Amino acid sequence: MTGPLLVGEAMVGGYGGADILKGCTIAVDKGEIAVIVGPNGAGKSTAMKAIFGMLALREGSVKLGGEDITRLRPEERVAKGMAFVPQTENVFASMTVEENLEMGAFLRRDDFRPTMEQVYELFPILREKRLQPAGELSGGQRQQVAVGRALMTQPSVILLDEPTAGVSPIVMDELFDRIIDVARSGVTVLMVEQNARQALEIADRGYVLVQGANRFTGAGSELLANPEVRSTFLGG
Amino acid sequence: MSVARRNLLLFLGVAGLIVLTGFTQSWNAALTIVNMGLISAVMALGVNIQWGYAGLYNVGTMGFVALGGLATALVALQPVSGAWQAGGLRIVTALLFGAAVIVVAAQLYKRMPKGLPRFAALAVVLVGGFFAYRWILDPAAAGVEAINPALQGNLGGLGLPVLLSWPAGALLAAGAGWLIGKTALGLRSDYLAIATLGIAEIVIAVMKNEDWLDRGVKNIVDIPRPVPFEVDLQASEAFLSFASNIGANPVAASAVVVKLLYAGLFLAVLLALIWLSEAALHSPWGRMMRAIRDNEVAAAAMGKDVTRRHLQIFVLGCAVLGISGAMLSTMEGQLTPGAYQPLRFTFLIWVMVVVGGSGSNLGSVLGGFLIWYLWVQVEPWGNGLMALATSGMADGSPLKHHLMESAAHMRLLVMGVILIAVLRFRPQGLIPGK
Amino acid sequence: MDVLNALVAFLNFVILPAATYGSQLALGALGATLVYGILRFSNFAHGDTMAFGTMATIIATWGLQAMGVSIAPLPTALLALPVGVLATALVVLATDRLVYRPYRTRKTPSITLVMTSLGVMFVMGGLVRVFIGVDDRQFADGERFIFTAAQFREWTGLTETMALRTTQVITLVATIVAVAWLNWFLKRTRTGKSMRAFSDNENLALLSGINPERVVTIVWILSAALATLAGVLYGLDKSFRPITYFQLLLPVFAAAVVGGLGNPLGAVAGGFVVAFSEVVVTYSFRKVATYLLPADWQPEGLLQLLTTDYKVAVSFTVLVLVLLFRPTGIFRGKAA
Repeated sequence: MTGPLLVGEAMVGGYGGADILKGCTIAVDKGEIAVIVGPNGAGKSTAMKAIFGMLALREGSVKLGGEDITRLRPEERVAKGMAFVPQTENVFASMTVEENLEMGAFLRRDDFRPTMEQVYELFPILREKRLQPAGELSGGQRQQVAVGRALMTQPSVILLDEPTAGVSPIVMDELFDRIIDVARSGVTVLMVEQNARQALEIADRGYVLVQGANRFTGAGSELLANPEVRSTFLGG
Repeated sequence: MSVARRNLLLFLGVAGLIVLTGFTQSWNAALTIVNMGLISAVMALGVNIQWGYAGLYNVGTMGFVALGGLATALVALQPVSGAWQAGGLRIVTALLFGAAVIVVAAQLYKRMPKGLPRFAALAVVLVGGFFAYRWILDPAAAGVEAINPALQGNLGGLGLPVLLSWPAGALLAAGAGWLIGKTALGLRSDYLAIATLGIAEIVIAVMKNEDWLDRGVKNIVDIPRPVPFEVDLQASEAFLSFASNIGANPVAASAVVVKLLYAGLFLAVLLALIWLSEAALHSPWGRMMRAIRDNEVAAAAMGKDVTRRHLQIFVLGCAVLGISGAMLSTMEGQLTPGAYQPLRFTFLIWVMVVVGGSGSNLGSVLGGFLIWYLWVQVEPWGNGLMALATSGMADGSPLKHHLMESAAHMRLLVMGVILIAVLRFRPQGLIPGK
Repeated sequence: MDVLNALVAFLNFVILPAATYGSQLALGALGATLVYGILRFSNFAHGDTMAFGTMATIIATWGLQAMGVSIAPLPTALLALPVGVLATALVVLATDRLVYRPYRTRKTPSITLVMTSLGVMFVMGGLVRVFIGVDDRQFADGERFIFTAAQFREWTGLTETMALRTTQVITLVATIVAVAWLNWFLKRTRTGKSMRAFSDNENLALLSGINPERVVTIVWILSAALATLAGVLYGLDKSFRPITYFQLLLPVFAAAVVGGLGNPLGAVAGGFVVAFSEVVVTYSFRKVATYLLPADWQPEGLLQLLTTDYKVAVSFTVLVLVLLFRPTGIFRGKAA
């Protein structure tokens, strides 16, 4: 398959009032880690939610594996191989870690135990805390549950909305390591991040959004080296 | 058509229905509906003050109405001779003591840090206080109840003119409302609804059981009247000549006149309350209230003490409910704690407010009249309908008998359907508020 | 000191009735709490749903009795129970489709749904009275006692005696079975887990592909079944009168709130807390005290905290206290 696995093209739209997205394009190649960064209010999360179908686009399109999925509802996009990890309230707090993973696989009719094994391999701490309610876990561990839950559908691409929001720097490093592991296991990753520098360090491709439009696009390392990007967003 | 015109038509419509009843059934029945409609309108007004102005869901209106009725008994009955000496002072001491225990417990709760010592202290104060309270109260209550139990067995009242019990009812209900509001208004709306539902039941339970207070379920049946008795009118020369002048049967006329007198009193109260409510609504205070209701967070951010305002509104609404309860007991001349049922005194009022128009005083009044009218009339209509439907069946057949009996329950069905339909298709009611 | 007699009296007048009533409340509260957890509103029509279910079962019982069917020593009503459950489930589902579902397409504050459920309460109450009237109905048949007071006295030779009624045992057994099944359903089946997920985090559940309408349908069916079971057990044990069932709404909600709204385990615990409070607070401990205290310490009064007239107020007081001081309940349901 040529061309990017997932592309949201020339997206224009918002939550009903004014447009937040003003014609931005986000594309991810298979096996890549792509990161969306930018100042507050730039439309990063909005762009991701648009790609997942949680808001309707006035203009533009979303294609997955070449197939136009612009009209599909989020649940339908999940069936097509997309997975989404919200920023908050992204686990079933009263259910155990294992039950969370089971719910992640709810749409699957086959035996998902091998997939669960893979998730436990990726996130060993989850195996340890399998029978604990997810709400009792620390912030970083909860994020791992959230990502694990999303991986249970064996998606081709996983969307992460600010996965390191509110966690300590050490935990953040660990989470980013895990995200790299996820990508290595064959799942394409698209991520919105507030911690721009660390995120770009692990990114194959980066998108800097400003006021709903693409400002800078390039490989993670390129953007990190770009003096304009550094001074404006990365604190020199 | 303009809003005012439409409102006028709505009121005329309801009036027309009542007049129709006057012609088809009797003027007596129509006037009874008018009087109960007036009282219901006041009740609905009270609920609307709480819900429409502040978004507070008081599903315990039954309790406040009952307290108004209690006030009537306590104000207007003559004191029972010997009762006070038999234990009145001791009862009052017990009540004050009980209140003190609760205050002490509340202070302990606030001031002590969370944990076992506080729990233990509270337990000791509350349990010990309860037993002490009972030790003070029980002999006194028994003493009072022993005085002429068949007819009295209670403390009686203050012997004041019965019309004074109306503001007294307002005060009593307002006081209870203040206590309840202070404790319960922090709850989220459907929890507040459940809590107020429970509190009302507690109030009624106390009224049913504390015979020394209001004879409990033996009921008080001799509450004095502000208007003449029908039999007194029939015995008066002046009235008889008046009746013959207008060519009316003196017995029927006396009933009508008495009802008209009540209607006049109630109407005066209702108009006064409407005028006060509308004035308050349009005042700066009222505007602030509506601002709080429409956006509590913003109002709080601007420094408005939302909790205190909510409490004010709650107390005012309860006061209005108290007046309505006092009016009801005055008209009935009795206090029957067992008659205070949630269906009739809470849920029905809510139907009135919802149908009439939430947040609108005129709407509540309209709703009060309309829903009361339907509540009363659905039964005879249902009977008529059933008679028609079963006219083909043999008399005495069990099915026919059963269906005829069931007509009485039609009104439950009708009210339920009306409430559901209005909430769904016209939630703002007949006369929407601002 | 006569411990045995005291114990028997306590068992007969406190433990047994409270456990029975507590089981009935637990089942009722379970139905209410499940609806709250999934549909997120307090269903004020639940008491009248219990009445409806009991009414349907009673009518089916009459039918069975007329046909000469009997499962003595057990009450025939148990056979009629599935019919009652089916009828109630159908009515409840129809109500959901007609009345509540339109609200689900838009964001509706839960208090609107509560007010709507008041309307449903009126309608159901009216229907019950139309179909079966307002009178008291006794519909328990079969063997009344497992052992009577007289038999017990014969066996033990004690002064104090106790009787064990069939309905009490049926209630306890049925409750244990129902609660165990519900626990298995919620903890071990895919559907049950999906319902817990939906109750926990609705958005995430939808994201996971859980079908909301299916969850809602199942919760209404469960609620109807539990309401019918609770109502029938209560009616077999005491009697059936529509107004009584409406009045059960508050103890049932008290139980659900005390245990933590939305938490099934809490509902069961809450049922027993409320029932035992009601019975213990209004029980006259004189008898038990007489057996336990030495001769010169015999009590004079009834040793009763509150008269039995206040039974009704006790559960409401418990409810109000819990709402004020621990609104999330014993087991931390949804916050107030």
